[in-house]
Amino acid sequence: MAIENAVSADEIKVDRAKMHISDTDVAIDIVGMHKWYGEFNVLKDINLRVMRGERIVICGPSGSGKSTMIRCINRLEEHQKGKIIVDGKELTNDLKKIDEVRREVGMVFQHFNLFPHLTILENCTLAPIWVRKTPKKQAEEQAMHFLRRVKIPEQANKYPGQLSGGQQQRVAIARSLCMNPRIMLFDEPTSALDPEMIKEVLETMVGLAEEGMTMLCVTHEMGFARKVANRVIFMDQGQIVEENTPSEFFDHPRHERTKLFLSQILH
Amino acid sequence: MSQNDLHYVRSEMALPQPAPLRERGPLAWVRKNLFANPFDSVLTIIGMLVVAMIVPPLFNWAFVNAQWTGTDRTFCATVAQGGIQPDGWSGACWAFVHAKFGQFMFGRYPIEERWRVILVAIMFVALLVPLLIPRVPRKGLNALLFFVVFPIVAFTLLIGGVFGLPHVETPLWGGLLVTLTLSFVGIVVSLPLGIILALGRRSKMPVVKMLSVIFIETIRGVPLITVLFMASVMLPLFLPAGVSFDKFLRALIGVSLFASAYMAEVVRGGLQAIPKGQYEGADSLGLGYWQKMRLVVLPQALKLVIPGIVNTFIGMFKDTSLVYIISMFDLLGVVRQNFSDPAWASPQTPSSGLVFAALVFWMFCFGMSRYSIYMEHRLDTGHKR
Ligand SMILES: Nc1ncnc2c1ncn2[C@@H]1O[C@H](COP(=O)(O)OP(=O)(O)OP(=O)(O)O)[C@@H](O)[C@H]1O
Ligand SMILES: [Mg+2]
Repeated sequence: MAIENAVSADEIKVDRAKMHISDTDVAIDIVGMHKWYGEFNVLKDINLRVMRGERIVICGPSGSGKSTMIRCINRLEEHQKGKIIVDGKELTNDLKKIDEVRREVGMVFQHFNLFPHLTILENCTLAPIWVRKTPKKQAEEQAMHFLRRVKIPEQANKYPGQLSGGQQQRVAIARSLCMNPRIMLFDEPTSALDPEMIKEVLETMVGLAEEGMTMLCVTHEMGFARKVANRVIFMDQGQIVEENTPSEFFDHPRHERTKLFLSQILH
Repeated sequence: MSQNDLHYVRSEMALPQPAPLRERGPLAWVRKNLFANPFDSVLTIIGMLVVAMIVPPLFNWAFVNAQWTGTDRTFCATVAQGGIQPDGWSGACWAFVHAKFGQFMFGRYPIEERWRVILVAIMFVALLVPLLIPRVPRKGLNALLFFVVFPIVAFTLLIGGVFGLPHVETPLWGGLLVTLTLSFVGIVVSLPLGIILALGRRSKMPVVKMLSVIFIETIRGVPLITVLFMASVMLPLFLPAGVSFDKFLRALIGVSLFASAYMAEVVRGGLQAIPKGQYEGADSLGLGYWQKMRLVVLPQALKLVIPGIVNTFIGMFKDTSLVYIISMFDLLGVVRQNFSDPAWASPQTPSSGLVFAALVFWMFCFGMSRYSIYMEHRLDTGHKR
């Protein structure tokens, strides 16, 4: 086990030397990662490296492990084998490291997961105040700044239950941004929304992408993938099956499983 | 059918019209709420008959025939019983309650020292009322005064022995003073302890979890009367001779621990109702365990179980009467103790005393109940859509 790790670590170094990139350019590095739920091997041999500023779209059939993989990156799920290095910090059982990583990694969920007992503004200032120890006033100014960016500053004093789904999801994005994350994870951010609201959320995400945010996004919005992704990753049965630029991926899928999947979602 | 038949365009919008007469006014209300169908009508009539049978006699007993003043039992006994009332008389003996009022409130607390209890009561009300009214500012300071400073000051005042205050030992305490002290301490201790136990029971750490489960299940498996009895009779057997441990303190600990176990289960119910997404939302923002619980999970969980929490408070408030088992006398205990006072023994004394005690208990319990409903409405942020 130790030898195996050592070898893979060496390989990484060689790899990087070849590609002339330094450690600081790598945002996320997943090496030989496996995960089990009991006996069930959900994720098998995941290898993925994400550079700073890269925007990656992950798609695949239901149950293929997309959510599980993305949730391993901020340790909402624990992996059992292999390595995950986020922002230069390896994820282990070290709770302090985990909190450090979570501070730098924002996550947006399918069902928003806003805090219903707090106003929009309080939702956005909670973590900056308690985790980053930002003074309240400054945190509020910053929250208003991000709420303006997602175009709902006028809702600041309402409660999440009083907002539409699209507005709630944009609040969730603003809430993550208030922690000034270096990486953003999105797990099907639009799949609980009506078509009209999908657009407003996607526009917000495109805006983020244009500013150079490192993004990993599980979504089946192919228009979005073509527009902003550097790479599209296709997963099936817990494995990465195909990986390519969006145009190549959609126009010339290679793997049989990819072809089948695309033929189903595009028609 | 031609295609034109499917075509319709509204030319002007319909205006709202007043409801028909049979849908408004008091008559409509009566029909809708009392006589909506035959079954409702029968229930309404039975209900009215029962009220008609019970209320007038009760009213007569409590007000019309009641004896309001008097100095001893003769005022509340009929001639045949050696009193002044006509034979066949039946009315409440409020004179008894009036004469014993001091005892009902303070027990055997020395009369010349009772100002101390009254002062504590005034402080209690003065701190509690602003705490309960949401509009009053400075809640943090208020809570600090109420939950930390007040108990210390109140304890010092009540027990005395310092600053020239004569010592009043706890066996002299009684009546409403004991009821309220036990309840206050029970409430103030059981809520935080219950929350900690509930969190412990859901903890991922096996030792913490096991200890919480053992504590909760042991206490819940035993009647309060047993806990009190054990605390008073068994505990001294285990303590070395000479070491004594105030009886009232033992009752306080017994009641508080007992209420905590119930509180823990109520709170656990609330914790279980919080969706996993809330925990994940908090985790993903980097909040630590205690921050996540304090800022995100508990505010929502506690709000959900306000009725259960208040239910536990009310139950505990009434259970304090059980301290008679260790010969402490709460309000009900003192009332019952006074039935045997030969100066007042009459057939009307017990019922009058019990009705008075019931009224006092009801006032406090009803107050708690209404306040909890008010808070539920106030804390509702409209997310239950
Ligand atoms: N807590 C769990 N315990 C056991 N099995 C789980 C658990 N969570 C997910 N799984 C299983 O792991 C597999 C991958 O789940 P995952 O949620 O990652 O899929 P997904 O690709 O996100 O699917 P979807 O598109 O439906 O969201 C599924 O087969 C699922 O049944
Ligand atoms: Mg999923």
